[in-house]
Amino acid sequence: MADRLLTVRDLVIDIPVGGGTLHAVRGIDFELDRGEVLCIVGESGSGKSLTSLALMGLLGKRIKPKAAQMDFDGTALLSASKKTMRSLRGARMSMIFQEPMTSLNPAYTIGDQLMEAMLLHRDVSRAAARARAIELLEKVGITAAESRLGQFPHQLSGGLRQRVMIAMALMCGPELIIADEPTTALDVTIQAQILRLLVDLVREMGMAMILITHDLGVVARVADKVAVMYAGELVETGPAAQIFGSPMHPYTRGLLRCIPLPGKTERGSKLGTIPGIVPSLVGQVSGCVFRTRCDFANDACLGKVPYREQQGAQAFRCVLPDGGLGQETEEAQA
Amino acid sequence: MTTPVLELRNVVKTYSVKQGLMGRPKPLTAVKNVSLSLAKGDVLGLVGESGCGKSTLAKILLGLEAPTSGEVLVDGETLGAQNRLKLARRIQPIFQDPYSSLNPRKSIADIISLPLRVHGIGDGASQKQAVREILDVVGLPARVMNTYPSQMSGGQRQRVAIARALIMKPEIVICDEPTSALDVSVQSQILNLLGDLRREFGLTYLFISHNLAVVEHLATRVAVMYLGRIVEEAETGALFDNPRHPYSRALLKSVLTPEPGLGVPDTQLGMAYPNPIDPPSGCAFHPRCPLATPLCKTKTPRPVAQPGGMVECHLYDPETEMSEQA
Repeated sequence: MADRLLTVRDLVIDIPVGGGTLHAVRGIDFELDRGEVLCIVGESGSGKSLTSLALMGLLGKRIKPKAAQMDFDGTALLSASKKTMRSLRGARMSMIFQEPMTSLNPAYTIGDQLMEAMLLHRDVSRAAARARAIELLEKVGITAAESRLGQFPHQLSGGLRQRVMIAMALMCGPELIIADEPTTALDVTIQAQILRLLVDLVREMGMAMILITHDLGVVARVADKVAVMYAGELVETGPAAQIFGSPMHPYTRGLLRCIPLPGKTERGSKLGTIPGIVPSLVGQVSGCVFRTRCDFANDACLGKVPYREQQGAQAFRCVLPDGGLGQETEEAQA
Repeated sequence: MTTPVLELRNVVKTYSVKQGLMGRPKPLTAVKNVSLSLAKGDVLGLVGESGCGKSTLAKILLGLEAPTSGEVLVDGETLGAQNRLKLARRIQPIFQDPYSSLNPRKSIADIISLPLRVHGIGDGASQKQAVREILDVVGLPARVMNTYPSQMSGGQRQRVAIARALIMKPEIVICDEPTSALDVSVQSQILNLLGDLRREFGLTYLFISHNLAVVEHLATRVAVMYLGRIVEEAETGALFDNPRHPYSRALLKSVLTPEPGLGVPDTQLGMAYPNPIDPPSGCAFHPRCPLATPLCKTKTPRPVAQPGGMVECHLYDPETEMSEQA
C-alpha cells in the first residue's frame, strides 16, 4: 500500500473578473504518494500555478477554490482554519518559486530569511536554527556556507539564490515540496545541477514533490507521474514513461511534436505545430476545451467528454476512444 | 571562395566597471579576440551561459556598441566605414521579449513601417502596401494593421517583431533568444517561420540561444562561447556528434531531452561561473574543467584548427603534448 500524502478531487478555481467569471481550473483530480515526483506540465495560462497556490492556501481573499476533496495527510486543506494552514505552510509543505531574484527579500540577510520559518514553527533556539541553516546550505552545494548567512541576496548569483530558496524550503523538513518552474530563469548547466539536487533530496528525505514546468525535457527526466494541463483541465495523466512513450490525447501528442528531438528530428525540417490559441475561459465553458485547435474535432466534442482510463494508470480526456490515433496513422500513411 | 557576408576579426570589447562607491574602475573584457565568419545563408548558433558575452557580441554586430579593437566586416567592408543608417538596412535584430520590444502606444502598422519612415523609403501609400505584404509573409492577417500590441498573443507579437526586422529586406538577422519567452506550441511556429524566411529570402542568421535542442535544429554552424572567447566553432552535426572542448561536452550533457528514465545528467561542472572582472589565469575554463592540467592554469590556449572548425584547448594543440589525452 502506497503512502498517500495528497489527494485532490474535483478542484475548481473560479476567478471573478469584470463582466463574468474566469473558470481558470475546472475539476482536476490527482493524488501523490510520499517519495513521488508529480510534474504538472502545460502552457502559460493553463492554471498550473493557480493549482499549486490553491494547495498552499495562497490564492488570496478574492478567489475561493472549491473541491470535493483536498486532503494533505488527513487534513482537509479547504476547510482548515487559518491557524492550521499557517502551521502547515513552510513547515510540512513548502514552495519554491520561479524567480529567485524577486522572491528573496533584498533587505534581509540570507541567514535571517533561512531561519525565519524554523524559528516560527519549531521550538528551537537561534543557535540551533543557525546550525540547521548551515547544514542545509552545505547540502545544496553552497561552499563557505557560514559566511553566506551574513550576505544579502544581491551578493549571490542566480544559481546560488535558487539554491538558497531550496534550502529555505527544506528548513523545517517538509513532507511536500511544490516547485513552480524552479529552473526556468537559470542556465542549462545550472538547471541540470538544481534538478539533480532536488530529485536527490526528495529520494533521500522521502518527501513528495510537485514540479510545475512547461519544459517537456525537464518533465521526462524528473517525473514519476505526469499531469498534462490545458486551459484549466487535466487532459492526460499517467506515469512518465507512458506519457512520453504512448501519449494518447491529441494535445499531448501535439506538444511532443513541437520540440526538436536531438538525433531524431531531421535538422532544419518542419516542426509540428498546434495552430490556434487557447480559448477564453470567461463565461460558460463546456465540452472539450481543446476542440478549437484539434485535428480530430467533431460534433461530439461539444458535449460531455469522458475520462478514459488506459492500462497502467494512464488516463486521458477525449471523445475518441483512441484520441484520434487511428485517424492520424491513416492520414500519415495516405 | 566567396567573401563572407559577415566577418569578425579579433574583436575585443572592454567595459570599465566601477566596484563599490569609492572603487577604482576596473576593466571588464566582455568579448576577447573573437573571430568568426558567416557565409550567405548560414545560420550560426551562438551558445553559452549568461554573462559569457553573447549579447555584447550581438550589440557590436548591430553597431550599437563599437568594438574596443578588431574589425567587423560586412560584405568585406569594415563596419566603421559604413554609417549607421546604411548598416541598419543590412543587419536587423529580433529580440527575446516581444512584450517589451514593441511600443504599446503605436499601432502594428506604425511599428512595422517605422524602419521605412526612418530611411525615407516610399510614401504613405507604398509603405502601407509594404506592411501588408510583409504581414502576409510572416503569417499575420492584414486586419491586424490597426490593432495594438496589447491585443496580440506572444506568438503574434514575435511575428510583428520579425516583420519589422524584415521590411528593410536585410541580409543578416540577429536573433537574440527569439523564442525563449514563448510557449512550446508557439515556439515551433516561430522556428518554422524563421526557417522558411531564410530559404525564401536567402537570409543569414546569427541565432543566440541557450536552448541547445533548438540550436541543433536550426543552425548550420555553432559557436560555443565561454567568458568572452569562442572556445569551439564547428559545423552543427560535427559539434553535436563529437564535441571537442570539455566545456562544449558539459553543455551538451546538460541538455534535457524528453526521454524518460534517463534521469538528470551530472555535468560535473561545479557551480561557480567565474567573475568576468577577475577571470582565472591561463585557460579561463580550467577551474571547472574535469580534464584540467597544471599547464591550463598558466598558459592561455590558442585557437587550433580542426576539420571544419576550430577549438581553443590545450588538449588539441600539438605543441602542448597533451593532444593524445583528448
